[in-house]
Amino acid sequence: MAQQIIFFILAAMIAVFSVLAVTSKRIIRSATYLLFVLLGTAGLYLLLGYHYLFAVQIAVYAGGVMVLFIFAILLTNRPGENVKTERKDRRIAAGITSLAGLAFCGHIIYWNVNKMYTLVVPAEQKIQDIGLTLMGTDKYQYLLPFEFISVLLLACIVGAIMIARKR
Amino acid sequence: MGDLFINFFSNPVPMEAYLGVSLIMFFAGVYGFLSRKSLLMILVSIELMLNAADINFVVFNRYLYPGQMEGFFFTLFAIAIAACETAVAIAIIINIYRNLTSVEVGELDEMKE
Repeated sequence: MAQQIIFFILAAMIAVFSVLAVTSKRIIRSATYLLFVLLGTAGLYLLLGYHYLFAVQIAVYAGGVMVLFIFAILLTNRPGENVKTERKDRRIAAGITSLAGLAFCGHIIYWNVNKMYTLVVPAEQKIQDIGLTLMGTDKYQYLLPFEFISVLLLACIVGAIMIARKR
Repeated sequence: MGDLFINFFSNPVPMEAYLGVSLIMFFAGVYGFLSRKSLLMILVSIELMLNAADINFVVFNRYLYPGQMEGFFFTLFAIAIAACETAVAIAIIINIYRNLTSVEVGELDEMKE
């Protein structure tokens, strides 16, 4: 019972704030709404039993990425200026596109997905298993993607410094 | 309608509910991507879409293959790649602002000053 109520609150929060994030007039407000969406997503991870992903989502997204966003907004935005939108016909076309996609995928999910799964096992994931899977080289283990991610992070740091430095 | 509520509150949360939440988030991102002009708003929309995909990975892993960890690791790597992508994109946006004093997509018609 409590799980369903928490899910309902989180789902309503995510839906409302993600729509507000893309329709708000001020860019700093839409960044704040995005922060609430990310926190709601972290709550969903916690509800599904993935405690490690909850921590990663809070630390990386709600911490790092949001700080980057706030800094970028404060550096590039003149105060009191509204967000520019596309022309009205393009906005209507965008709304029709997203509503059509929403209806199509919602139809598929509503009529087909409930035949696919049978049960829920909300088992706790041990952090030891995560570490061993991340560091192993067997089948279904992830050392190679882990190393690729570290190289990607290094390239990303170097690239960001190269792009953003003063000449 | 009453049956629906009783079913919802007595059974575990169905998979469709999670997928519906991520669906709304994804198409809000699509709308923002197509209807805004500021590069930062487009980046916000991309973050929304990536988050929706992450939720889908985790939900499919939990409901369909509860003994395995593939969706979990996909989400973990997707979060890392999204952080990289945001850092580079914001560096580019700040550089564009420094050169052109604007971050509107309509005014960016050349990459080199």
